[in-house]
Amino acid sequence: MITATAIPKELDIAAIRQQFPVLNREVKGKPLVYFDNAATSQKPQVVIDALVNYYAGYNANIHRGIHSLAEEATAAFEATRDTVKQFINAAAREEIIFTRGTTESINLVANTWGRQNIKAGDEIIISTMEHHSNIVPWQLLCEEKDAMLKIIPISDDGELLMDAYEKLLGPKTKLVSIVHVSNALGTINPVKQIIDAAHRAGAVVLVDGAQSSVHLDIDVQKMNADFFAFSSHKVYGPTGVGVLYGKRQLLESMPPFQGGGEMIKEVSFEKTTYADLPYKFEAGTPNIADTVVLKTALDFINETGKTKIRAHEEILLHYATAQLEQIPGLRIIGKAKEKVSVVSFVIDNIHPQDIGILLDNRGIAVRTGHHCTQPLMQRFGIPGTTRASFAVYNTKEEIDAMITGLYKVIKMLA
Amino acid sequence: MENQKSIAETENEIIEDFKLLDAWDEDQKYEYIIDMGKKLPELDDIHKTAENVIKGCQSTVWLAADFIDDKVYFKADSNSVITKGLISMLIQVLSGRTTDEIIAARLDFINKIGMHSHLAQTRSNGLLAMVKQMKNYALAYKIKNTSKA
Repeated sequence: MITATAIPKELDIAAIRQQFPVLNREVKGKPLVYFDNAATSQKPQVVIDALVNYYAGYNANIHRGIHSLAEEATAAFEATRDTVKQFINAAAREEIIFTRGTTESINLVANTWGRQNIKAGDEIIISTMEHHSNIVPWQLLCEEKDAMLKIIPISDDGELLMDAYEKLLGPKTKLVSIVHVSNALGTINPVKQIIDAAHRAGAVVLVDGAQSSVHLDIDVQKMNADFFAFSSHKVYGPTGVGVLYGKRQLLESMPPFQGGGEMIKEVSFEKTTYADLPYKFEAGTPNIADTVVLKTALDFINETGKTKIRAHEEILLHYATAQLEQIPGLRIIGKAKEKVSVVSFVIDNIHPQDIGILLDNRGIAVRTGHHCTQPLMQRFGIPGTTRASFAVYNTKEEIDAMITGLYKVIKMLA
Repeated sequence: MENQKSIAETENEIIEDFKLLDAWDEDQKYEYIIDMGKKLPELDDIHKTAENVIKGCQSTVWLAADFIDDKVYFKADSNSVITKGLISMLIQVLSGRTTDEIIAARLDFINKIGMHSHLAQTRSNGLLAMVKQMKNYALAYKIKNTSKA
């Protein structure tokens, strides 16, 4: 765990806040407090500017145009691939595939590698704390192939039961698809350990990095993940772009996902040959503008410094946790030792939706409900939680506003 | 329970009640709604069947209807007290009406008391689905009644 003292120089949060224009607005006559960062982060001015600059300056279709605009747009698009490669420390730029988001990245693997490799009787392992987007694609695949889905159980604190996991692994295990950081609990899973164990059993591992990429240093090579997926919009970038990392030899062995332009080498009515990586998996005109701007978002994170961001978020997490634990009748869901800045809670006899409505009335944006993790909510025997998730621009004063709000809300609803 | 006032009159009463609340204090509106929610009698478990569930993304609403002497009577409940308060107002307006009255009701009061956001898709709290379901009940009883006659 990183402590504030270990950081040479703390971030100037006031200066960072000024870079996010939406934080200046009011909601219901109150200053906006945005605590729904696990759903999507807000965007810094540089990201907004980069989007405008793309359309105003060099919008063109990429890769085959011979004119200058096409060249500039292609260069910018491919520059993002290089930045993503560095961001997750992939071995090669060809291993970075652009998709619409984490969900599409997972579906891509299920529909290509999955359909090619999963046979009747095979087993796929996921965990109790998966987002629906890392459950449903595998259920569909299992139904189609008559394969089995196995679930890693979790403790009451919201940590994976690793012994149980190791027991699930066996000769029939073909794939382990695991969330790196739980969106509903904040738990950081020991992915290296999970991957090593899976590899010993001969299984391939996909890591859902939708929640981890913005908080943790990602090194897919050190982790030894076979696939890693994340979304631009959760790392201060635009919506509509995601990344799928895959080890080169796996990606090369996989059939294409979608057919169309961009992904072909030669097309005749008799036979089509496919383009090399990464284009084999990028059929059609991609989301050029948002992909170009993802680079700006990653540059923002790199320049701010992930270690410093994490240190600030840790302070917020501990502060919020300590304050929330003082509230009578409040129970925190997800008390893993290793957590990112996500805190989920329930309050006796109060529906999370009512908390969400009344906090919104005070300008405070939290998420309420099942967080697209219904099996996880069933595990805890609750309909949903209220979740506050913190980003680099959040402050202790904002947490104070939420705590004051919660006391008032409880009084109103009691 | 015979409803003597018209739908419009009942709606106006609710709108007038809201006007008495401090326009600048949104909490007061919600306190009123929460109060309405708490006053709505709990639905017997016998009515909390899968058939009567209107599933929102977050909260759950149960709605039961009876057709007595050409009028539709509603009973409902929710696990969210704010949703329950909004339901309570809908019942106050629509319960004990004829099928035609219910089908024609425009329910403008929801807008006028500033609660239209609860009918928006994003809220997903089942209220919009509940309004539809109340009208569906009225339509179903109307068709059943017409075919009988």
